[in-house]
Amino acid sequence: MLKPGISDVQGQVVERSLPALGWENVSGVRVGKHLEFEIEGSSVESIREQVEQMCERFLANTVIEGFRVDIDA
Amino acid sequence: MPKIAVVVFPGSNCEQDVVHALRAEGADADYAWHGDDDLGGADGVVLPGGFAHGDYLRTGAIARFSPVMHAVRSLADEGKPVLGICNGFQILAEAHLVPGALIKNEGLRFLCVWTEVTVEDTGTIATRACEKGQRLRIPINHYEGNYRANVEPRVAFRYVDNPNGAWQNIAGVSNDAGNVVGLMPHPERASHESLGSADGRTVLTSLIESCRLLQRA
Repeated sequence: MLKPGISDVQGQVVERSLPALGWENVSGVRVGKHLEFEIEGSSVESIREQVEQMCERFLANTVIEGFRVDIDA
Repeated sequence: MPKIAVVVFPGSNCEQDVVHALRAEGADADYAWHGDDDLGGADGVVLPGGFAHGDYLRTGAIARFSPVMHAVRSLADEGKPVLGICNGFQILAEAHLVPGALIKNEGLRFLCVWTEVTVEDTGTIATRACEKGQRLRIPINHYEGNYRANVEPRVAFRYVDNPNGAWQNIAGVSNDAGNVVGLMPHPERASHESLGSADGRTVLTSLIESCRLLQRA
């Protein structure tokens, strides 16, 4: 997701489109990316550490984006 | 005659224009493949525009890990000239060779238009031959040129009329040393009167002259 404070023009366009469809109570729309993958490891902790490194180095650009890691063990 | 490598990534599409324009200014310009480990002893390097690796994940995000980027980083660390144009700027930003990042244009439009930029800093490898405050008419051609940074960058070029929402009207920045420059406008597309402007020549001749001076040093 783009960090708070970085204008999300995609989110703004989606938000402006919603009232036309009758949903007039939606605000703060942000558009981000969702990546899913399988990963092998010995513990949830070590996998989380690896995935966070993957996000820091490659999957996210931390100049403009934040990230959240969810693991289904 | 300085030797300048123009890197071809899968999806680059401005490399021929850049090589043509650099050769027209007298440089010994030639292509380098993104999978190569070295730049053939080049005095400087250009990362041209296009859509390297399909712009997948983010613009430049995959290209920054191409094998040739080790050689580009080495050249940059040696103080040699490195110029990124458009997608090349996006790659340099992803590689943290220049500060900041490029996000989608304000208004969500792909912009292929003429712009005017002012030269803010004549101490970089891309502005050496320019005058401070000089206005250059050079076209842009991008969807993600909206510059953001979490630090105060060294600004090389600013738009006169901001076309894409870029922070502080920034069209191009350099690293602290001034030897790595990224800009969104395409100087190679303004390199002859027949193209509508020859203002980009001064950016290209700045690069060539910088290569020449560092070649002698």
